[in-house]
Amino acid sequence: MFKKILIANRGEIALRVMRTARNLGIKTVAVYSEADRHGAFVEFADEAIFIGPAQAAQSYLRGEKILAAAERTGAEAIHPGYGFLSENAQFAKLCAKAGIVFIGPKPEAIIAMGSKSAAKDLMVKAGVPVAPGYQGEDQSVETFLTEAEKISYPVLLKAVSGGGGKGMRLVERAEDLPEALASAQREAKAAFGDDRFLIEKFIGTPRHVEVQVFGDSHGNMVHLFERDCSVQRRHQKVIEEAPAPNLPDAVRAHLHEAAIKAARAVDYMGAGTVEFLYDGANQVYFMEMNTRLQVEHPVTEEITGIDLVEWQLLVAAGEALPLTQDQITCTGHAFEARIYAEDPNQDYRPSIGPLHRLTLPAASASVRIDSGVREGDEISPFYDPMILKLITSGKNRPEALSVMARALEEVKISGVTTNTGLLQKIASHDTFAKEEIDTHFIERYQQALIPSTAPQGEDMAIAAIALLLMEEESGRGLWHGLGSWRINLPGERQIFFTLEQEIIPVEIVFFDSHTQVSVMEEIYTVTDAAWSGEAGRIVLGEHGVNVTLHRPKKDCLRLWHSGRIIDLHLHDPMQGESAGASTGGDLTAPMPGTVTALLVEAGIEVSAGETLMVMEAMKMEYAIKAPSDGTVKALLHGVGAQVTEGAKLVEFEASKSGLSDG
Amino acid sequence: MAVLTSMVSVQDEGFKANASAMDGLLSTLRERAEIVAGGGGEKYRARHLKRGKLLARTRIDRLIDPGTAFLEVCQFAAWDMYSGDVNGAGIITGIGKVEGVTCMIIANDPTVKGGTYHPMTVKKHLRGQEIALENRLPCLYLVESGGAFLPLQDEVFPDKEHFGRIFYNQAQMSAAAIPQISIVHGSCTAGGAYVPAMSDEAVIVREQGTIFLAGPPLVKAATGEVVSAEELGGGDVHTRLSGVADHLADDDDHALGLARQIVRNLNWRAADNGAAKPVTEPLYDVEELRGIAPIDLKKPFEVREVIARLVDGSVFDEFKPLYGSTLVCGFAHLHGRPIAILANNGVLFSESALKGAHFIELACQRKIPLLFIQNITGFMVGKDAEAGGIAKNGAKLVMAVSNAAVPKLTLIVGGSYGAGNYGMCGRAFDPRFLFMWPNARISVMGGSAAANVLATVREDGMAAKGETWDASEKQNFMDKIEATYERQGEPFYSSARLWDDGIIDPAASRDVLALALETALCAPIKETRFGVFRM
Repeated sequence: MFKKILIANRGEIALRVMRTARNLGIKTVAVYSEADRHGAFVEFADEAIFIGPAQAAQSYLRGEKILAAAERTGAEAIHPGYGFLSENAQFAKLCAKAGIVFIGPKPEAIIAMGSKSAAKDLMVKAGVPVAPGYQGEDQSVETFLTEAEKISYPVLLKAVSGGGGKGMRLVERAEDLPEALASAQREAKAAFGDDRFLIEKFIGTPRHVEVQVFGDSHGNMVHLFERDCSVQRRHQKVIEEAPAPNLPDAVRAHLHEAAIKAARAVDYMGAGTVEFLYDGANQVYFMEMNTRLQVEHPVTEEITGIDLVEWQLLVAAGEALPLTQDQITCTGHAFEARIYAEDPNQDYRPSIGPLHRLTLPAASASVRIDSGVREGDEISPFYDPMILKLITSGKNRPEALSVMARALEEVKISGVTTNTGLLQKIASHDTFAKEEIDTHFIERYQQALIPSTAPQGEDMAIAAIALLLMEEESGRGLWHGLGSWRINLPGERQIFFTLEQEIIPVEIVFFDSHTQVSVMEEIYTVTDAAWSGEAGRIVLGEHGVNVTLHRPKKDCLRLWHSGRIIDLHLHDPMQGESAGASTGGDLTAPMPGTVTALLVEAGIEVSAGETLMVMEAMKMEYAIKAPSDGTVKALLHGVGAQVTEGAKLVEFEASKSGLSDG
Repeated sequence: MAVLTSMVSVQDEGFKANASAMDGLLSTLRERAEIVAGGGGEKYRARHLKRGKLLARTRIDRLIDPGTAFLEVCQFAAWDMYSGDVNGAGIITGIGKVEGVTCMIIANDPTVKGGTYHPMTVKKHLRGQEIALENRLPCLYLVESGGAFLPLQDEVFPDKEHFGRIFYNQAQMSAAAIPQISIVHGSCTAGGAYVPAMSDEAVIVREQGTIFLAGPPLVKAATGEVVSAEELGGGDVHTRLSGVADHLADDDDHALGLARQIVRNLNWRAADNGAAKPVTEPLYDVEELRGIAPIDLKKPFEVREVIARLVDGSVFDEFKPLYGSTLVCGFAHLHGRPIAILANNGVLFSESALKGAHFIELACQRKIPLLFIQNITGFMVGKDAEAGGIAKNGAKLVMAVSNAAVPKLTLIVGGSYGAGNYGMCGRAFDPRFLFMWPNARISVMGGSAAANVLATVREDGMAAKGETWDASEKQNFMDKIEATYERQGEPFYSSARLWDDGIIDPAASRDVLALALETALCAPIKETRFGVFRM
């Protein structure tokens, strides 16, 4: 076995790998970028080597820097984690050349599975079921009609050079095909300059099931059962589970067999995942093979009791798999929920910033937390915004699911917006409990899963009371201790929230027996309350509500109550208008990122909504638009400039008419 | 360490009767406080709000640190005086924390008669300044007033304790390094202009606050010049041209924010009178004072029951418990602060007076603030008492009370009559604060005693002339006197005239006294020098 390994990754997976290594008595080396200087994984490692700027392209993706670090520290092997260099055959080759073991499959296997069409051909040859289709050179309508008939409708027409949904058509009946193909070809020609198309069998409500496989250098190949990762948003897995629920035994057996065949076809070594689409009846189709450890590997660990990283290390060190297929068992059920710093209500826009508070359920036999962050750490714009993974297990699916629902309720994160609310809703959704899942689950139940987070009167009333309770607790001395006491009169308080530019006052009157809260023409009566730190219980009338309140910034509140997660902004009327006006016209960066384009010049007049500047943050583009008609006074950053959140980007002066309009 | 044990039973009929009578008094108290808090009434409030201004009480709420107490003083000033609706005398005064600094806040209420100064308004403004001076509290004046109430100019303008004294006080306090800060929310005309002008720092609200010696009508009459109020003395003029004000605010809220900023920059440190001890609550519920407070002031009650509900842990270390027992003296803590208490438990005898004087000397020597709990019909009278030197012994107590330089607080829980009022630190003896319970009475003597004295004098006079007095007429005469005394001895009558700093719910006594004590400790405790004690 190795004495020292280097982990060419960051965050939770780096920590995950290091923990197993440490358990096995293997020393660990971390590599880190500028942004991760104080990362938990850096501190956990026995040694750590700085490899460059925050941008992954200049650090975590620089194979030669990582190899140099390995050589410098005497690491015998490199674990790539997932993402970054984990499926980079070139890097695997470089490692081999340098005499350092790449903990993963052979480069040939990576290459074979790296090309989608080549992989598909290979699978067909190996007898692995692939989605039927046609990808021939003959682009005549007649051929398309014949081929479509063969695979049966509905079919999908896909531009060979297409992407992002462009040049794609769903065809349900043969008579619609010629017209659909013609218009799609026109579109593809215009968009990509290539009007070649292929046909694929359309699977309406597919499930994403995948099989964990493991091979060693002694010719052994096993599967570690399957996972269901159907619940996705924009092709990103959100909740995964093992084993796959609601799967006929025959299909399951077929799936395992197909996965083994696929892995054998590339002489696979180490941990890999064969992904399939399942039509919900009895057909599975090969999608792709991931030649690395998956994010969701912990659910497999939970049901098999096997440490996958340990097996990866054993295999890489040339040892044989410790167990044979019939020794590997599946016990109970496990879920994984990925907690991301993103806002489901804003099209999953990544949310970055410091983790003001990070309150998590306690780890136990049924709750596992794979995290790479600590309270106070920064979710940076440079990497995947996943904060942590919450894994729960139980004797069966309902048990594991109820543990998950409960555990998610205990997750209280502020500073960044997270998808925790969405995860909670999924975990407690009836249809999810009934095992009726497919890849459209989130879209289908969008309304219920992603309710509006716009604050309601009740939210503001609760937040106001919670704020006062918090303030009361932290106040010192006699004058604070008496609260808003007044001689012979009930004390009063006013708190203001900002809601879409509007200022909403919350009036609170303290009577001897109760507290009355008036907001948006509603009156709430608080009869009792208890508070400690950032959480407590507030009784509205006769209804006690558990409440948590965080205050990541002076004017920002995050409120949890009754299954709702609400962000509120406090308004301070004492700031004065002129204080606000000094920055009022100027435009600021919505999040840290890079300026990618300037579309206007200083001095020009623009109309409301016109894009002035484009910036990129977390792989997404943000247009900086004119808030009203007006004049661009100055553009404060050039293309390529790194800007922080709230940084002034454009000096802007609204025209008089612009002001009165809006 | 002596812990008081209460003998009171809440099931006792007397307790219940007192409590239920007190409930009636308290509901009257609260109703009247609501009326006072309503200022000039709905119509004027609505008009004020429509102009985008904050009400005077809201201004104070915003000015002080959020979620902190405000100790309003002289809430019932001018109650039932003048036209009967000059609520609070058109001004709000009180003590609150601003940026952690204990400050005196004096706010005009323009909804009450345009915020004009009636005689009681002047008195209340001056009382606020007096509290500020004695306790070294920075002053914040929230100004919006029409100036002197002209129909009563002879009672507000010329005398020593009239309008001019406000500015004299500002000058004196400024000289004593007590910050004077004005926020001009509305008009400050004529004499009123001197409030901001005499301030160390002043804020004015744009297109709302005005400062001028003579308003546009007077200017037109005098010189024929036609000018708008804003042009004449608006915020822009005074912050840009004249320099009469220093900070220009967008609105009331912003102005108050600026005032807080000013206080932040005072670099203010209150006197260091030592750290408070950890606070323990009394062993008995302070609310029980509502059933302990006697409604019939002729009925004696054990004053230690009151002390047991006011002081920390009900711990009261008595001084000379066996001597002069009608005056209970002892040391305790109030919200962590040491306090020396003198409380009446019957008429004052020579021994009680001597004991009290001795105890005050101890407190002054040790720099412990004094709390007087008054329920006193007076000093003992009669041949024996006079011969025993009650006058000189009483004088010793008065001498001690008068010269004691430690902070003095007075709480009247029952009767406050005659020389007893003096010996127990009545208004004339400059207690830092004086509060009354709703059942309390204050007058030179009780109503029936006065009726008897006056009837005897008259009857003797008639007898000298050989006249006789019809029994029913005499009764009628006495009833009238008693009724007058009763009316004038009433707490609202007293409070209206600022003979006290407020009427309080007995259950609020501990909190009010603690706030008052904390306020008093903002000033350093001075050395006491007594005069000649007649031996």
